[in-house]
Amino acid sequence: MTNFTKALTLGLTAAGIAAPAMAQDLTFWSWRQEDRAVYEKLIDAFEAENPGITVEFEAFEASSYATILSTALAGDSGPDLMMVRAYGAFEAVAGANYLMPLTEEDVPGLADMTGPAIAAQTLRADGKLYGVPFASQTMLVIYNKDIYDQLGLSEPETWDELVANAKAIQDAGMFGFANGTATAWQNETIVSALASSTIGAEFFDEIVAGTTDFTDPRFVEGLTNLEEISAYFPEGFTGLDYASAQQLFASGMAGMFAGGSFEIANFRSQNPDLNLGVFAAPGESADDEKLVGVFFDGGYAANATTEHAEAAKKFLAYTATPEFGQVFANELGNITPIPGVTFEDELVNEIGGLNRSAVPYIMLTNFRYEEPSGSVLLQAEVQKMLAGETTPEGAAKAVTDGIATYYAPFQK
Amino acid sequence: MPSPTTNGIEPTPMRRSRLRLSGRGMWITFLLVPPMVVMALFVIYPILSALAYAFYDWQGLARGEFVGFANFKKVLFQEPFASTTWNAFKHNVYVFFALMVIQNGLGFILAYALWRDLPGARFHRIAVFLPVVLSTVIIGYVWKLFFHPIFGAVNQLLKGVGLDALVTPWLGDPDTALNALIFVNAWAWVGFPTLVFLAGLQRIPSEILDAARMETDSELTLIRRVVWPLIAPSATVCFVLLFIGSFNWFELPYIMVGLDGSPFGNTDVLGLYFYRTAFGNQSAGIQDFGTGSALAVLMFLFIAVFATTWTIYLRKREIEV
Repeated sequence: MTNFTKALTLGLTAAGIAAPAMAQDLTFWSWRQEDRAVYEKLIDAFEAENPGITVEFEAFEASSYATILSTALAGDSGPDLMMVRAYGAFEAVAGANYLMPLTEEDVPGLADMTGPAIAAQTLRADGKLYGVPFASQTMLVIYNKDIYDQLGLSEPETWDELVANAKAIQDAGMFGFANGTATAWQNETIVSALASSTIGAEFFDEIVAGTTDFTDPRFVEGLTNLEEISAYFPEGFTGLDYASAQQLFASGMAGMFAGGSFEIANFRSQNPDLNLGVFAAPGESADDEKLVGVFFDGGYAANATTEHAEAAKKFLAYTATPEFGQVFANELGNITPIPGVTFEDELVNEIGGLNRSAVPYIMLTNFRYEEPSGSVLLQAEVQKMLAGETTPEGAAKAVTDGIATYYAPFQK
Repeated sequence: MPSPTTNGIEPTPMRRSRLRLSGRGMWITFLLVPPMVVMALFVIYPILSALAYAFYDWQGLARGEFVGFANFKKVLFQEPFASTTWNAFKHNVYVFFALMVIQNGLGFILAYALWRDLPGARFHRIAVFLPVVLSTVIIGYVWKLFFHPIFGAVNQLLKGVGLDALVTPWLGDPDTALNALIFVNAWAWVGFPTLVFLAGLQRIPSEILDAARMETDSELTLIRRVVWPLIAPSATVCFVLLFIGSFNWFELPYIMVGLDGSPFGNTDVLGLYFYRTAFGNQSAGIQDFGTGSALAVLMFLFIAVFATTWTIYLRKREIEV
């Protein structure tokens, strides 16, 4: 009788210990609702190679993702695996010790990634890496090739040619650009997408080094150009929100869209017949280097308190392999920082080429750590400028003054 | 021989009554404790913790050191946060007065018309209240489409009747954006004051009205001297609820113009400012629980103090008249 009880207890205990080890169910949170199918396919491939580990993909609305994630993490009900943003928003989560630090031992693929990619997921305070960077985004001009062909236009070599192209499209009864400014963050993307070449790479080096500020004539000239070309945005563009702007371009009513490479997948799914091309908006002269703005989007991270740390690391290691990168690049049209990935898609390949002459998406990469963030300031000031309520000089000064409240190199 | 403990008084009934009392007490306790626990857990605790949060420095969601009133000073006096706070507060005040006139004013007029049984009153009683039942998300989304600068029904209509000069990007124009939101809010909510005023009007005894009609022929005098004073309790409800609603305004602006109070802060209100400060703005900012909590505490105090004072004043008025 006692032996039987002992055996039973032992057996139950063993089962109790073995059960969680056998079934490791991980949850994986994301803000990319639209990428669900591809992620599920990637997860299937991972699960096939790692029996006993299951990963459940859950996606949330992008604009409330940060709130949902941080509330869950604070309440100890966070996921095992999650997508985290980069830079300032990344530090808000990583700085609160919610994430598991990662080493090259855990994730061998990290060894081959570039410095800027690693930096985007490294906490400045302790120099540790907390996420596997997953995509870089490129700010550029996306154009409708059919409209360009129909009007006999070609990719512009100078700023004036870009303006002339926009005018030609508008004269043909369409919108030169689909962009609107009602959604605040769109104002930041159009500055980077349209004005990077005018502003020039040296300015960005100097800003990062702290030797100039945004009242610099090169930056003001960039804003002035933006103001000029906004004449070819849709009528009432100050009231046109992001989703409406996307629809205008996807439906073929506009020739160009100044924005991020992340738009491409969405445009294609909204309208598979769309014939897309990309270029870097040119500077004043054809000799000026054609620049795009680049930032890293985020990373895959693991919860510091997950019960399945090893399984989570295995999954993160998988997200840094060329197999993962290949699917990620080719099915989602993203540029992955994983070396050795070949881009099947012509457009993605082209963007990969444009990325070789890139400047940082500056407010995000360098001025989104304190309040008021450079992004908040630039977005509001550009919105104001394009509504005709301030000048490029005024906008540049307001941005500089706002950042100067906490950033020493701007304080004079 | 009488026992000293009983002292001639029967102990059993007393004990029984005490038992009964505690039984009843237990029953009351049993009924009261769950709601009190729920209240404490979900209302009082969050309010108190927000109050406590406001006195700390925050690194993202990790609590840093105690900073006293620094967060309050920051939102009230330190630039550029102070301008944002006052700009948002100014808009809340504007929204309150505008809605007071449009929403409550129109609500009273509609209620009066329904009460006087003008033709179609039964249909309109339902029609006026219908938008109140709709979800704010739906209302916000539909009106956002109506205000679309290119395809929106409002601009199409204006063009259709030849009023091209009035065509504007309603939600993108700094002069019209906040007014457009106020209009939508009034459209959606006018049914509520209408219903409350109508209920008040229907409670007025007909003898009083008949007597008053013998004194005056003027409808206006009747409203001013008799009807309005008699529906003072309804007015109190409408005024105070509108006050609280205006200073907690969030859903509609959030859905229609976004967290930033686009364009460039022209529709910014305290609710939006609080939300994007505390929880961060995915595309622009960072999370700051301390400052956010300080804003929430200030909003709470302002609303609590004013709403209470005003309610007391309005109640007194009810009694006086």
